[in-house]
Amino acid sequence: MNQFQYVRPTQQRTAITAVAKDPNATFIAGGTNLVDLMKRGVMTPQKLVDINRLPLTKIEHQKNSLRIGALALNATVANHQLVRERHPLLAQALNAGASAQLRNMATVGGNLLQRTRCPYFYDVTLPCNKRQPGSGCGALEGINRMHAIFGFSDKCIAVHPSDMSVALAALDATVLVSGPKGDRSIAFADLHRLPGDAPEKDTTLEPGELITAVEVPDGHFTRYVSYYKVRERASYAFALVSVAAALDLDGDNIVAARLAMGGVAHKPWRLAAAEQHLIGKPATEASFRQAADVAMQGAKAFKHNEYKLKLAPNTIVQALKTAAAA
Amino acid sequence: MKAQNKQIGTPMNRVDGRLKVTGAATYSAEYQLPGLAYAVLVGSTIARGRVSSIDTRAAERAPGALAVITHFNAPKVPGFAKGQNPSQPPTAGQPLQVFQDDKVRFNDQPIAVVVADTYERARFAAGLVKAQYVQEKHQTDMTVGTRQAFQPTQARKNPKSPVADYQRGRADAYQTAPIKLEAEYIIPTEVHHPIELQAVTAHWEAPDRLTLYDKTQGTIRTRNDFAKEWNLPEANVKVIATFVGGAFGNGLHSWPHESAAIMAAKQVNRPVKLVLSREQMFTMVGYRPYTWQKIGMSATPDGKITALTHEATGQTSTYEEFTESTVQQSRMMYAAPNVNTRYRLAALDVSTPIWMRGPGEATGAFALESAMDEMAHQLRLDPLEFRLRNYADQDPENGRPWSTKFLKECYQMGAERIGWSKRPLTPGTLRDGDWLVGYGMGVGTFGAHRSKAQTSARLLPTGTVLLQCATTDIGPGTGTAMTQIAADTLGLPPEKIRFELGNSQFPTAPTQGGSSTVNSVGAAVQEACLALRDKLRQLAAASNSAFAVAQKEDVVLADGYLALTGNPAARANYADLVRQPDDALVTVESKPSEEQKKYSMYSFSVHFAKVRVQPLTGEVRVSKLVSCADAGTIVNLKTAANQMKGGAVGGIGMALMEAATIDNRFGRYITKDLADYHVPVHADAPAVEVLFVNQPDPHVNALGTKGIGEIAIIGVAPAIANAVFNATGKRIRELPITPDKLI
Repeated sequence: MNQFQYVRPTQQRTAITAVAKDPNATFIAGGTNLVDLMKRGVMTPQKLVDINRLPLTKIEHQKNSLRIGALALNATVANHQLVRERHPLLAQALNAGASAQLRNMATVGGNLLQRTRCPYFYDVTLPCNKRQPGSGCGALEGINRMHAIFGFSDKCIAVHPSDMSVALAALDATVLVSGPKGDRSIAFADLHRLPGDAPEKDTTLEPGELITAVEVPDGHFTRYVSYYKVRERASYAFALVSVAAALDLDGDNIVAARLAMGGVAHKPWRLAAAEQHLIGKPATEASFRQAADVAMQGAKAFKHNEYKLKLAPNTIVQALKTAAAA
Repeated sequence: MKAQNKQIGTPMNRVDGRLKVTGAATYSAEYQLPGLAYAVLVGSTIARGRVSSIDTRAAERAPGALAVITHFNAPKVPGFAKGQNPSQPPTAGQPLQVFQDDKVRFNDQPIAVVVADTYERARFAAGLVKAQYVQEKHQTDMTVGTRQAFQPTQARKNPKSPVADYQRGRADAYQTAPIKLEAEYIIPTEVHHPIELQAVTAHWEAPDRLTLYDKTQGTIRTRNDFAKEWNLPEANVKVIATFVGGAFGNGLHSWPHESAAIMAAKQVNRPVKLVLSREQMFTMVGYRPYTWQKIGMSATPDGKITALTHEATGQTSTYEEFTESTVQQSRMMYAAPNVNTRYRLAALDVSTPIWMRGPGEATGAFALESAMDEMAHQLRLDPLEFRLRNYADQDPENGRPWSTKFLKECYQMGAERIGWSKRPLTPGTLRDGDWLVGYGMGVGTFGAHRSKAQTSARLLPTGTVLLQCATTDIGPGTGTAMTQIAADTLGLPPEKIRFELGNSQFPTAPTQGGSSTVNSVGAAVQEACLALRDKLRQLAAASNSAFAVAQKEDVVLADGYLALTGNPAARANYADLVRQPDDALVTVESKPSEEQKKYSMYSFSVHFAKVRVQPLTGEVRVSKLVSCADAGTIVNLKTAANQMKGGAVGGIGMALMEAATIDNRFGRYITKDLADYHVPVHADAPAVEVLFVNQPDPHVNALGTKGIGEIAIIGVAPAIANAVFNATGKRIRELPITPDKLI
């Protein structure tokens, strides 16, 4: 653990300025990931700007969307009546993540920004381009059973660990941010980035930009939904593969579908082509299997994660089956 | 008059339960000694080579830093003077002599210890230590190691060694049989990971007097090891382990961090506390070794085993040979005429393993009991029926009768409780909605070991009996069981018994391990209580002749006075009997009897599992586990069931999720915490139903006990693996059974 300064501003502007003007400063909210990373020496901020005093916890319905403050706790969001009624997929995804203790501490903004759990990223003695650009990717030729099958580069094959983000990707959420140059909104699909040549950058946020809220648009995905997470124990484990599935059904006919996958890429992996394929099809296992095949186009495995080429489509089918039967 | 069991066999609450749940129990990292300093170990970042230099300047200058010890400046350890570590190695080789040379033998080997005035400052300073290495090519890959396996030194020296090759009838006779199977099984490295981290507080109370508050399973073993290491009389080393928060085998060996803390305390002349990090628990305090196994088996068409061959190669370090009883059960579990076993080691550039719950037997049972299931399937026989057809009515290894064996009773009780009759003979045919359902069983056995143990018993003037013994309690509830045994032996209520443990200055006891504490210490407690009663009779006889001629059994410890059954006039007040503190003090040594040579003594268990498997995603859920044990007399129904359940949950971990993984390019673990290294959470553990035969074994000791700790886990993993086969038709021979292996 390095030595660091700690400030706890009450004004959003003060917090943003503090981080924007100091490249070694970082925001801290729940701290459930950052503190671990600091203990391991993976992140060594010189200054922590604690944002817990900012008024960003509100969950409210505005116009055509549900607005969730960035500092709302994961547990609060998962159990919130508006979330459960309007976006049960989001509630399921949140409850599939971490443990009750962590959900009681972790915030929405922090959940979006959690770092990969790639073991090479976590061990400062091993190579990792994300932690130390240019040091190499330890996972590429290493133990890569948890790693990406989509969207990776030869610099990084890590996956994004958030469950909540998979649901938000499926639900077409928008991320509201505030930064030194003012406020802007980011389509969810544009928040996280693929590793490319700069895996050290997880997101498209500019220095000093602070997530203030997430907006989830109203939709018809209030009943036939499933967040299906396959993991190595029944709870408190990161996904091997997870699928957020939502269907809008007219009888047995699929009017609209939303699909996103976790545990397969550097960002939540939206399956737009598979969604398109499902429209107008009957909600049967055969349709789901065809959609899964569409979804898997372009997937490529490494030495230890070949199983994902089979587990991922199977999980898509199982998630869609579960959603349709909900 | 025979003592009546009023407490033995009841589910008495733990005598220290309140202390534990209120936080009042003091564990080894919780002794707040005046002037306490804090030590943090720095580990190597290569797996093999030499430390060429260490830059400690920044660490030494860090705020609060008191000392940085490396092999360049380590204090001289007298016990290491001959170039050897005098502490007891597992079987052969030399325990690591920390900071005595520049050699790196495994990744994360301690190469420095940093001492500071607070834990945080010690940790910060430890991060500033920078080492340079001359790296050598390392080997941590068991697939390579298995090919270079060798016979353990003790087996080469002594053909009668338990790990030497064994043969009765013809060796490898299965190979030429018409109905046979040959299969290989792998169990990966598993790590004990008790929730309490390994911790020691070392305090030099004088230049030649050392006190250790240590997380150990054996206060006497630890005392002896460090007395030798520091060339001190045993009496000058005191080891306190009043409470141990789980160990599972971690505390069966002396480890480098203990030596480092003692050195550090010497150097800074203050008491020093050293607590390992969770990450260091992977590399510094042992683990269950990665083990490759092969079973060859042949049988007649009607299900009689004709030949059985069991081979195993276990992982060890380059500097110590760790051996365990992986193949032994194949010699005695089933009545087969041709049996042979081979046990080998593979030395890798890793730290030394140590027994982990159930130890080798649990590893071996995965192979043997999986193979039993495979052969039953091949014969289209119910696996329970197959086991009954090969039931050993006496020990086939040596022809001796069993002291007791109620395994058939276990089979019957357990099968009934799980609903074994619902098991389909054809795998993959039972469904519950989308999920496949299957049933499996696995058998466990472990020697009913007993060794000599001492206990003192003292009557206090209040009428309370104080018993003291150096044994530890790593969680099974030793103090509670001993209180029950003493209460029944003396006819006293449990409130009148105080049992103290976890102190090397108490009468000598064996290390807590190998399911032997109640067998050994329980017998000593019983004998100490009987000796105390007779001592009191003798004391009373001095003033009351009725006591002189009384039968021992008629002496009654009443409330405040000693009495005689059938003679209300005979009374001797405790206040008169006990004038000096030691007047009513006895210390006994209890030894195993000659019976050990006449009988084969084993505990037995059978585990029945019902699992559900999601065929698309490969998820496995254990929906029911029934464990039935033949463990002799059950002293405490509650803590015994607690042990069985803990073992069963450990077995779920072994079967479905536990694996510590090394990246062989770096020789370094990539599983470093409890997020990467999965142990079962509550959602993975169904309600475990525990059944006991509860029949005393008249030969192990007078209490009739046989031991529970190991058989609780031995056989659980194959029961689950066999249930997965029954559900899916897929035979998984390499643990853990993760979803990727089933889709």
